[in-house]
Amino acid sequence: MPHDVDHPATAIPGNESSIVIVGAGQAGLSTAEKLRANGFVGSLTLIGDEADAPYQRPPLSKAYLLGELERGRLKLKAEDWYAKNRIALRLGTRVASIDRGRRRVCLADGGMFAYDRLVLATGSTARKLPQAISRGLTGILTIRTLADIDTLRPALKRRGKLLVIGGGYIGLEIAAVARGLGMTVDVVEAADRPLARVASAETARAVEDLHRSRGVTFHLGKAVDELLGTDHVAGAKLDDGTIIAADVVVAGIGGMPQTALAAEAGLVVDNGMAVDAYGRTDDPFIWAAGDCANFSLPGGGLRMESVGNAIDSADLVARNIMGAREPYKPKPWFWSDQFDLKLQIAGLSRPGDTVVVRHGAGPGRSHWYYRQGQFVAVDGLNAPRDYLIGKRLLAASASPDPAQVADPVLALEALASSK
Amino acid sequence: MPKIKFLLADGAELALEAENGRTLMETALENSVPGIIAECNGSAACATCHVVLPEEIMVALGPISEHENDMLDFAEAPRESGSRLSCQIRVSDALDNVSVRIPAA
Repeated sequence: MPHDVDHPATAIPGNESSIVIVGAGQAGLSTAEKLRANGFVGSLTLIGDEADAPYQRPPLSKAYLLGELERGRLKLKAEDWYAKNRIALRLGTRVASIDRGRRRVCLADGGMFAYDRLVLATGSTARKLPQAISRGLTGILTIRTLADIDTLRPALKRRGKLLVIGGGYIGLEIAAVARGLGMTVDVVEAADRPLARVASAETARAVEDLHRSRGVTFHLGKAVDELLGTDHVAGAKLDDGTIIAADVVVAGIGGMPQTALAAEAGLVVDNGMAVDAYGRTDDPFIWAAGDCANFSLPGGGLRMESVGNAIDSADLVARNIMGAREPYKPKPWFWSDQFDLKLQIAGLSRPGDTVVVRHGAGPGRSHWYYRQGQFVAVDGLNAPRDYLIGKRLLAASASPDPAQVADPVLALEALASSK
Repeated sequence: MPKIKFLLADGAELALEAENGRTLMETALENSVPGIIAECNGSAACATCHVVLPEEIMVALGPISEHENDMLDFAEAPRESGSRLSCQIRVSDALDNVSVRIPAA
């Protein structure tokens, strides 16, 4: 009974308590940090299956891949931070199962940790191509971890031909970097436009135009029948018979929440771990945060794969474990860097929303989305001022007059005071 | 190793030794300096690492990019003459003994 005030799971964990966090990405790390910031003094263990201490994931497909950001600068915390904050960091450690009855996590290497509260921050994993398409060939990569990028970088340095399967953010960011390095780049996307599931048609069109102008070739409304080659990939055959040559293939076909551990433990899994508005699973001792958590909110389920959601949901879960009892109020926002475009998005637009385009004084532009007359999202395309004003208005549930938004002469400042 | 003092929004102070070459935002994040959220990990996309520096060192830090300039105009805390995004500042000896204020949002 999650909301039974007498349940031992609702007591605030004290100095005898042990909290275990599974997953050492942004959400897991932020949960640990915020538990300490909110006064948790007991034992705190952060378990990650990767070899590297928590690091920034977003630059992997952007500045780090380009070589503009050194590896050491990806780390989120200094090495001594963990000891200073009494956080036991267990890297390269895979959790095999959760024993909910005895409140223990069991490790693949045979060890175990007892918990009073468990936080699952297992993140998401890159979806892999079916075997029928990839045929066991080498040179086919997915992008999620530092290790993935370390595999991709040498292939990009050799130049040659890159085939990106999937026109989502990861695929397009990799395409932009590869074009910048002088590779030939083809993008195959099953929908009739890139970013089909994650951006409006207007924004997607602008991004597509940019990529085309920089020499990226799109194959839209097409699917890969099979990849070609004997040992290493040499190309792809599309469903319309087109043959594309390739030296390396990146599959950017979406992320999947890592729910195997939760499912095996009998927790409710529904597009991620089902959690209530407070971040708690159906086991009152177990919480979830980040990419893997599907929050049950008044507007429906909400699962987001973004660093903003990782930080905010981790903060929420840490505060609620420490007794705050606050429901999640998501503030969705995203960004992407492609060529010289900085795309910044606040709010969640949907197909069918009315789009108002604003061309301001600068070279950029912004797309403002309205649903039933209410302002719901903004995309800034090299338009940081528009984006930040829109984001602020969204936070205040304010709705600027669409005619004013579309008026290029009207100063942005005038919109800031919209009700 | 420049010594940098962070003046927090609640009036507290936090003195740190910073490493040359890293950004001021990375230094703050690694040390859990309250008020530096840095949601975008330093790509100047979120303006949640806004700091205010003494005006006399602004020149030594070099020019502000147009993008950063635009972001600062509408950061959560009002812009001041010493406002910068800490992710766009590389730590150098120019920051030794400098007080970095985190504005109240």
